[in-house]
Amino acid sequence: MSDQTHIPAGHDLAPGEEEQHSVGERILGYVVGLVLALLLTATSFFIAGTDLVWQPSIPVALIVLAIAQMGVHLVFFLHITTGPDNTNNVLALAFGLLVVFLVVGGTVWIMSHLNGNMPPMDQIMRMRT
Amino acid sequence: MLGKLDWSAIPFDQPIPLVAGAVVLVAILAVLIWVVVKGHLPYLWHEWITSVDHKRIGVMYILLASVMLLRGGSDAIMMRIQQAVAFQSQGYLPPEHYNQIFSAHGTIMIFFVAMPFVIGLMNLVVPLQLGVRDVAFPTLNSVGFWLTATGALLVNISLVVGEFARTGWLAFPPLSGLSYSPGVGVDYYAWSLQISGVGTLVAGINLVTTVLKLRTRGMNYLRMPMFCWTTLASNLLIVAAFPILTATLAMLLLDRYLGFHFFTNEAGGNVMMFMNLIWAWGHPEVYILVLPAFGIFSEVVSTFSGKALFGYRSMVLATMAICVISFMVWLHHFFTMGAGPDVNAIFGIASMIIAIPTGVKIYNWLFTMYGGRIRFATPMLWSVGFMVTFIIGGLTGVLVAVPPADFMLHNSMFLVAHFHNVIIGGVLFGAFAGFEYWFPKAFGFRLDERWGKAAFWFTFTGFYVTFMPLYIAGMLGMTRRLQHYDVAAWRPWMIVAAVGMAVLTIGVICQIMQLVVSIRNREALRDRTGDPWDGRSLEWATSSPPPVFNFAFHPDVRGEDAYWDMKIHARQQSFEHEEPEYRDIEMPRNSPTGFVCAFFASIMGFALIWHIWWMVIVGGIGAFATFVVFAWRDHDEYVIPADEVARIDRVNLEERRSLVSMAGAV
Repeated sequence: MSDQTHIPAGHDLAPGEEEQHSVGERILGYVVGLVLALLLTATSFFIAGTDLVWQPSIPVALIVLAIAQMGVHLVFFLHITTGPDNTNNVLALAFGLLVVFLVVGGTVWIMSHLNGNMPPMDQIMRMRT
Repeated sequence: MLGKLDWSAIPFDQPIPLVAGAVVLVAILAVLIWVVVKGHLPYLWHEWITSVDHKRIGVMYILLASVMLLRGGSDAIMMRIQQAVAFQSQGYLPPEHYNQIFSAHGTIMIFFVAMPFVIGLMNLVVPLQLGVRDVAFPTLNSVGFWLTATGALLVNISLVVGEFARTGWLAFPPLSGLSYSPGVGVDYYAWSLQISGVGTLVAGINLVTTVLKLRTRGMNYLRMPMFCWTTLASNLLIVAAFPILTATLAMLLLDRYLGFHFFTNEAGGNVMMFMNLIWAWGHPEVYILVLPAFGIFSEVVSTFSGKALFGYRSMVLATMAICVISFMVWLHHFFTMGAGPDVNAIFGIASMIIAIPTGVKIYNWLFTMYGGRIRFATPMLWSVGFMVTFIIGGLTGVLVAVPPADFMLHNSMFLVAHFHNVIIGGVLFGAFAGFEYWFPKAFGFRLDERWGKAAFWFTFTGFYVTFMPLYIAGMLGMTRRLQHYDVAAWRPWMIVAAVGMAVLTIGVICQIMQLVVSIRNREALRDRTGDPWDGRSLEWATSSPPPVFNFAFHPDVRGEDAYWDMKIHARQQSFEHEEPEYRDIEMPRNSPTGFVCAFFASIMGFALIWHIWWMVIVGGIGAFATFVVFAWRDHDEYVIPADEVARIDRVNLEERRSLVSMAGAV
């Protein structure tokens, strides 16, 4: 099988594979990622309970931190970069996002309409009382 | 100690499943005894059961699908007979048994016939077409197959131990909830699908990776054979959609096992969410099945017309368009649930739009045939039969995509006729075309043409005689899944459909006869050249059956229809090029991981169904330990020495040269 991996099939690499970097560099990357992820997690927990900031801004702050967390995971752990050897990873992510968007968005839309037209039993009961 | 399992689980009062089960059991025992006595067991174990060779695994997938096709087909025969006789009477099947039969028929035909058949063909062919030596994860491939087999095993066990679901093939709650289905039927259904679903997901990941990462030199995306493209699209859908099925069934199981309320009527549950989620998987699923079939037809039509595929790029585009749009139409399965005009209109239009890329494909195949020198061999017959049949099924599909029409036809026999029209006419015809087309590649001899053509004509005719009456019965207001009925107008159509079923059965018998006759005459039907159909893609560039390493050298691809180009080059130049320098080839070692893992998964699944908790733990630990042992293995590859490679390849080259020179002389 090692024979096969030597054939350049285009220029892309397997997901999570990086060619030029040494082991040390790669470990450094993971450590930076881990530290950033922990930092963001800790901050989220801290912000949720603190009264140091204006209270209504807390949900917004949590959303921002969550998005940052996703970014850290994508870059440091899933190796989504803009490099030319990364087409497959980026396309896979795009396809995944599209499907999640379609299924989740569609579900929310459909279920809200269904709930509007045909509410579940207990909601009908509540409406009557 | 044994959970809910006791002697009452065996249906002693129902002769049909008991006798069927006994016959199957005796047959299996007889085969096992024959295998052991004849001393074939080591061969089976080393060459097949533990094999990680994609070709062997593909063959085993197709074997599983064929066996299950007989099981699902028996269910179909029983249903057709029941509906033919159950006019103003109870027929011969009691309701609870009839309900199990239609549920088992749907579940088996989709999950354990259509899925393994197309995955088997993809496994067998795609690495060969890409010019590589195996799939990306060979052992995982074996695990995927054996887990699928586990699911099939559990469904079949339900025939004699306990019962199967009586809920239809998608087990809609609240009927499938604990309050309305307290027995083990739904648990059999859910756990067998959960376990085989893992197998399918694994196969999907494997094939996506194979197409994306393992291609021979020069095999750009836009030089891949169409079957590789449809494989890519179909497996992307598997990877995206099967987790939805797993999650939905997991929620149903939580409802049933741990008292959750995802899909119950009380305590804030919402059954409509189940329909929504299951169809968000279910609609992509039909494209998972039919896209590979489209790929097979593309290969077959182009080969037997002696022309390159017409509109290759538009075909690629249509495939990928279907891949994406298939995620935008799932609501058309429950228009009548009451989402309102906005939602229904949008999903209705999306459902009609998906007919456009499909239409593009039909025209591409027609234009491929136009002006070609068409040979009507059996695979080509299946393909032409598909085009005619699938257009009818597609048109009735567009009809039911119109929400007002769907309100009339929902859950009627019209719908039953429609989806059988597309699944039999599309997927099953495709699977048979692929079977006939690639059989010589897998086994080294062709299938008997006369029996093959007989099988086609009986199946083709039988299909129309069976399912066209169902369209009419649906128009007359007959709903699906009726155990008996009192409307005289439906009766004649049910009788015609039963006659059609008999014709279909003759088709199946012809198919079996074809295998028997071909195996007996295999010396006369031997394919020595590796290229029996004058093929165009790389699987025909190696011998039949291919050596374990597929290709002695990774072929160089310079354009579309790679092997066709090679043949033209070979004819123009002399064939006497010097002997290439053979090198050692490393191949993955066989591994019992898949089989052992599935063995424990079967124990765990059975124990979960019957609430035998200690056995669940044993099975779970066993399956996990198998993975750990596999992960710690030292030697995962072995070397085929260069001399051996040379010896095998020289024979192949010799045969091929004589073929090319003969063709050149003509």
